[in-house]
Amino acid sequence: MIWTELDTWIVLTGALTAMACAVPGVFLLLNKQSMLGDAISHAVLPGLAIGFLVSGSRDSFPMLLGAVLAGLFTAVVSGVIERRGRVETGASLGVVFCSLFALGLILIRIAADHVDLDPGCVLYGALELAVIDSAAVPRIVWQSTAILLLNLTLAAVFFKELQVAAFDPRFAKASGIPSGGIHHGLTVVTALTTVVAFESVGSILVIAMLIVPGASAMLLSRSVAGVLFWSLVVALASALAGHLLAISVAPEWLGWLTGRQDLGSLNSAGMMAASAGLIFFSLLAASHFARSISGRGRASVL
Amino acid sequence: MESFWRVLLLQDHNTRVVLAGACLFGAAAGLAGTFLLLRKRSLLGDTLGHATLPGITLAFLLAETFGFSSRSFLWLASGAALSGVAGMGAVLLIRKTSHLKDDAALAIVLSVFFGAGIAMLSAIQQLPGGQAAGLERLIYGNPASMTSSDAWFVLVASLLVAGVCGFLFKEFTLLCFDESYAQTAGWPVRLLDVLLMGLVVLVTIVGLQTVGILLVVALLVIPPAAARFWSDDLRVMALFAAGVGALSSMVGVVVSALLPGLPTGALIVLSAALFFGVSLLLGQKRGIIIRHLLERKAARRLVREHVLRAIFECAEEGRSVVSLEQVLAKRPWKKNEVVSEIAQLTDDGLLTTDPSALSFQFNGRGDSEARRLVRNHRLWEIYLLNHADVAPARVDRDADLIEHVLDQRLVDELEDLLDEKARERLVPGNPEKNLP
Repeated sequence: MIWTELDTWIVLTGALTAMACAVPGVFLLLNKQSMLGDAISHAVLPGLAIGFLVSGSRDSFPMLLGAVLAGLFTAVVSGVIERRGRVETGASLGVVFCSLFALGLILIRIAADHVDLDPGCVLYGALELAVIDSAAVPRIVWQSTAILLLNLTLAAVFFKELQVAAFDPRFAKASGIPSGGIHHGLTVVTALTTVVAFESVGSILVIAMLIVPGASAMLLSRSVAGVLFWSLVVALASALAGHLLAISVAPEWLGWLTGRQDLGSLNSAGMMAASAGLIFFSLLAASHFARSISGRGRASVL
Repeated sequence: MESFWRVLLLQDHNTRVVLAGACLFGAAAGLAGTFLLLRKRSLLGDTLGHATLPGITLAFLLAETFGFSSRSFLWLASGAALSGVAGMGAVLLIRKTSHLKDDAALAIVLSVFFGAGIAMLSAIQQLPGGQAAGLERLIYGNPASMTSSDAWFVLVASLLVAGVCGFLFKEFTLLCFDESYAQTAGWPVRLLDVLLMGLVVLVTIVGLQTVGILLVVALLVIPPAAARFWSDDLRVMALFAAGVGALSSMVGVVVSALLPGLPTGALIVLSAALFFGVSLLLGQKRGIIIRHLLERKAARRLVREHVLRAIFECAEEGRSVVSLEQVLAKRPWKKNEVVSEIAQLTDDGLLTTDPSALSFQFNGRGDSEARRLVRNHRLWEIYLLNHADVAPARVDRDADLIEHVLDQRLVDELEDLLDEKARERLVPGNPEKNLP
C-alpha cells in the first residue's frame, strides 16, 4: 500500500462530508424521518440537472439552488399528497421521489449533450477525482469544511428547538416553537448538505452518511448531545476505515473470494458506506450482547 | 411518423418481446405492491432494490471464475435474489435487536448494501474489456436488451406472482388489515409475511432489467397508490394497480422507442407518475376533487339543518313569525351563509319569507322537516348522555333517523327520559306517523 498526499485529502474530504451529514442525520433519525433523507437525496437530481442546463457549468449557484428547491419540493409535495390524498407517509414520499428521480435521470441524459456530466458520477460520486486540484488545498475540502461548520453552528444555536420539535411536537407548538418551521429548516439543511456531499460521495451514498453514524451513535449514548458527539466519531472512523479498506484490504479479499488477481483499488465512497455499516452492525451485536448479559432492557455499549 | 406506427403496430419481433416483458412486469409489480402499500411497507421495495447490487456484482465477478457467462441474466438474478433476501434479513435483525425505528433500518440497509455494491462495481469497471456495461443495464434498466428467454422468465415470474396473489387473496387481505386478528385466529402470519416479501423480491428481480434497481420501487408504489383513489374494494384496487403498472410500462417503452437515447426505466416511472397525478385529482373514491365536492355538500346540509333547527327553536319560544336577528342570535354563524340558506329554503317551499320585514315562518312541509330534525337531535343527545358506554359504536351517521339505528323500545325509553329530565324542552312527535 502506498499512501500519498492524495489519500490524505480523500480521507479528509470523506471524513468532513460524513461529519457534515451526520449532524442533520441525527435529527432526521429522531424525527423518524430517515427515509426523508433518502427521498431528498434522490429528488435533488432534477434540481441539479436543471441547474446544469440553466448555467451550463458544474459548480455554480444555480445548481445548488435548484437542488435545494427540489429537496423542499419533495418534502412539501409529499406532505400535501399525504394530507389531501390520504396516502400513507412512506408511499407518498415514494411516489414523489421516484418520479423526481426518474425526471432527473432523463434531464441528465439531455444535459449530457451540453455539459460533461455522467449519471454514474452523480449517483456514486468520484471522491478520487474530486480531490485532484491544482490548489494547495482542494476546493472540495473547503466546501465540506464550510458545510460542516454551518451544520454544527445551526445545531448548537437551535439545539433546544430541534430537540423539543423531535420529541414532543405538541409541547413545541404550545410553547411557541414553530416545529413546522424547524422541520422545513431541517429539510433545507439536509438538501444543502446532500448537494455539497453529492460531488464527493454521490447522491445515494449520502444516505449512508446521513443515517448510519447517527444510528450507530444511538447504540452508544442515550442523550442527544452524546449521540451527536458519537455520530461525529463514527463518521470520522468510517471515512478512514473505508478508504484504507478500499485501497488495501478489500481488493485482496474480493480477489481471493472470486479467484482473480487483477482487481484494483475500490471506490472509496462505497467502501466508506460499507465500513459505516460494518461499524453499525458490530455495535449492534455488541449492544445486543451487553444487553443479554446485563439483563437490562436497554443497555448501551458503553 | 412511420417509426411510430411500426412501434405501435408491433411490427418488430423485438418490440413485441420487450413490450410484453415490460407490461407483465408492470402488472406483477402493481399486484404485489398493492399488498405492500396496505401493509405500509412501500419503501421496503426501495431498500430491496438497492440491496440487490452487491449480489449482482459478486455474481458477475464469480461468473468468470466458475466459467459461466457473466452476462447470463438468470445467474445475475440469483445473486440479486440472495443479496435482496440478505438485506431483508438485515432489516429484520435491526428491528428485532435495537430500538431503532423501521425507517432507520430501511435507510441503513439500503445505503450500506448499495455502498458495498458500488465498491465492487468499481473493481469491475477497472477490468479490461469494458465488461461493466452489462451491469449498467441492470442499474438504470434497459428493457430493449431483453431477449426472448428473458421475456419467458418474466412471464413465468409474473404468472407466479399473480397466481400466489390470487390464491392467497383472502389471507393477504387479512394480513394487511388485521394482523393481530389473523394471529389469534391461528393463521400462519409469519409465513404469509415471508411469502409476501418473497413475492416482492421476485418482482424486484424481474424489474432489474425493465426499470433497473434504482427505480424498481416506483412500480411497486406508484400504481397501487394511484389505484387507491379509485376504489375501496381491494379486488378492484389490485386489478386497477396491475392495469396501471402494465399501461405505464407500455407507454414508457413506446415513448422510448420513439425518442431513442432517453432511459426507458425513467420514462416508465414518469408515465406511472402521470397516472398517479390524474388519479389524485379525479379518483372516484378518494380523489381530491370528489372529496372536496362531498365535503361542500355535507357542509351545506349542516347549515340547512342548523337553520331549520334555529327557526324551530324560535317558534318553540312562542313566535310563529321569526326575524333574521333572532335566528342569527342562536349560534355563532356567518350572516350571508344564513341568508343564502333561508333564500334556498324559501325556494324549496319550506319557508314563507316577508322580504320587507326580514322575517319568515314555516310553510307546510317546513314544519314537519324541522320537527323531525329537532326530535332526532334531542333524542340523540339524551341517548349519548345515558348510554355513553355503547353509544359510539351505534352512532354511525348523525343524519340517520334515530328509529333507523335504535329499536323502537329504546326510542320510547329515551322519550320517557326526556320527559322526566327536561320538561322544558319537549321532543316533538314523529311527524311521519301523522302522514297519510
